[in-house]
Amino acid sequence: MSRIIINRRRFLTVAGVAASTLPLAGCDALDGMLSSGATARDVMAKANGLTYRVQRFLIGADGLAKEFSESEIRQGQRPNGSTDPTDATYIALRVAGFAGYRLDVGGLVDRRLRLSLDELRNMPSRTHITRHDCVEGWSCIAKWTGVPLSAVLDEAGVKSEARYVLFRCFDTMNLGLSGEVAYYESIDMLDARHPQTILAYGLNGEPLPVANGAPLRLRVERQLGYKMAKYIRSIELVSDLAPYGQGKGGFWEDLGYDWYAGI
Amino acid sequence: MATAIEKHDIHSQRTTIRRHGIVTRVTHWTWAVALFFLLLSGLQIFNAHPSLYIGEQSGFAFDNSVLSIRAVRGADGNAEGLTTLFGRRIDTTGLLGVSGPEDSRVYEAFPGWLTVPSYHDLATGRVVHFFFAWLFAATFISWFAASLINGHLRRDILPSFSDIRGLPGSFLEHLRFRFHHCRSYTGLQKISYAIVLLVLFPLMILTGLTMSPGMNAAMPWLTEIFGGRQAARTIHFVVMLLLVGFFAIHIFMVFAAGPINEMRSMVTGRYRIDGEAAEGGSER
Ligand code: HEM
Ligand code: HEM
Repeated sequence: MSRIIINRRRFLTVAGVAASTLPLAGCDALDGMLSSGATARDVMAKANGLTYRVQRFLIGADGLAKEFSESEIRQGQRPNGSTDPTDATYIALRVAGFAGYRLDVGGLVDRRLRLSLDELRNMPSRTHITRHDCVEGWSCIAKWTGVPLSAVLDEAGVKSEARYVLFRCFDTMNLGLSGEVAYYESIDMLDARHPQTILAYGLNGEPLPVANGAPLRLRVERQLGYKMAKYIRSIELVSDLAPYGQGKGGFWEDLGYDWYAGI
Repeated sequence: MATAIEKHDIHSQRTTIRRHGIVTRVTHWTWAVALFFLLLSGLQIFNAHPSLYIGEQSGFAFDNSVLSIRAVRGADGNAEGLTTLFGRRIDTTGLLGVSGPEDSRVYEAFPGWLTVPSYHDLATGRVVHFFFAWLFAATFISWFAASLINGHLRRDILPSFSDIRGLPGSFLEHLRFRFHHCRSYTGLQKISYAIVLLVLFPLMILTGLTMSPGMNAAMPWLTEIFGGRQAARTIHFVVMLLLVGFFAIHIFMVFAAGPINEMRSMVTGRYRIDGEAAEGGSER
């Protein structure tokens, strides 16, 4: 029977060759293909459309995100992104305890609405305990109270051409050369009408703190945190996302993040 | 017949067979490429929040940490890489947490040469990861379906009873770098490939999907089987380490067993086997 029996020298050669393949991973070689606007990156980003369609098919319209029990709330909700907007209008509203706040609902609607916090609190409400998943990788369980977005949309009457709900926010993010850029986000009508999609004004049984988006923030429980706009200034029903911001449907989307954040 | 052959020169004892079918070869190289990108983009994603936990959520006000890799300021005022594993603090300056030359330090959990892109860019890391996740899942499903139908799974991957009994012997042979070039995989090869293909690959896909809030709504049982979303993230990471470990040994073995013959078998399908084994087709 013939066998290969390796002696010490052959062993060392083999080990050397194997080890020398490791630094091949040096990856700045790929940076050019992956910079924003590069073709390879654009092609790969198309996979998000596939994820969107497949997940929509699997989840169905009303599949619910998991809800937890009171005992699973073990810490406060970790604030992230903006935690204290510096917009002058916002500061004035905050100082007055948001008494003068009016949520503006417009765009492709039958009736334009301007709703105060009290009016929102007097609408149907929903409370649920869910897990917030941040795109960075962490998760945090908290109890959210708010008005179902569908109730607000019904009150305004959505025109049939509307395909997205756009949220404009008070907070801005500093983008260096581009200066301060206002946060905005968008979701499709299916998520907008989902029973767990709420405009939250309460967190863990208390009024929503400023760090978490007071007076009003969005909860879209089947997507990641960056979809859930904080400090909502106005809501607009639109048929196309291209005219807003850089056209990708949201502040982070304009910086290269996927519009559909179900994963 | 065996005696007749022995009279000839040693090379005529060798026979070339067709070892790997087209699907086995194409899927292998596809997942090799996909795994390369998944690993490097995965480490980019990890860098965005370089901490792993058990359970459903990340403990900020309580401690359920398994692993964290951070940059901290040391006693001398210089940045140090601090890796904490189950509460054990390990100084990993230069490799994890803080890396790069003294004058241009990089404060990332995994250094740039282990991530795509090489600089901090979570958005692109995710774009790359999910593109190759689709490719990888499609490749795995194709491999599985084809191997089920053409018998590759039953014949070459699932270890038989005698493979398992012969395992200690097979292990010792490998340790001594004695390789038999036979028609099929040795017992040890079968078991390691079966673990990679039937346990680690599916685990990687399932724990990846478990981290998806969308999939949680579609399949709430996913987080239940893995013990929560953050636990799934930890398992995803550990399975990644196991795959990297397998890969290191795998490459080493390919070189040790004769890289030309091994590579030819995985590229063209043709493989040169030892004389005796060709006739019996048996393991020993
Ligand atoms: C179809 C297969 C896969 C899917 C669906 C998937 C999905 C994911 C997701 C959703 C994350 C983000 C976790 C977070 O938010 O932090 C992630 C992270 C990661 N993935 Fe994957 N992945 C897959 C395969 C792989 C493979 C094959 C590898 C390595 C060989 C890998 C390595 C990593 C690493 C290192 C991370 C970052 C650290 C962590 O969160 O564990 N993934 N993956
Ligand atoms: C570029 C690197 C790689 C090379 C050169 C390589 C080489 C090979 C060779 C030559 C074989 C055939 C072995 C034989 O016939 O005895 C093989 C099979 C195999 N390799 Fe790799 N491989 C590589 C990467 C990987 C990676 C990254 C994985 C997974 C982590 C992997 C997993 C496997 C598996 C599971 C098999 C058995 C496949 C089957 O029979 O269906 N390989 N590889």
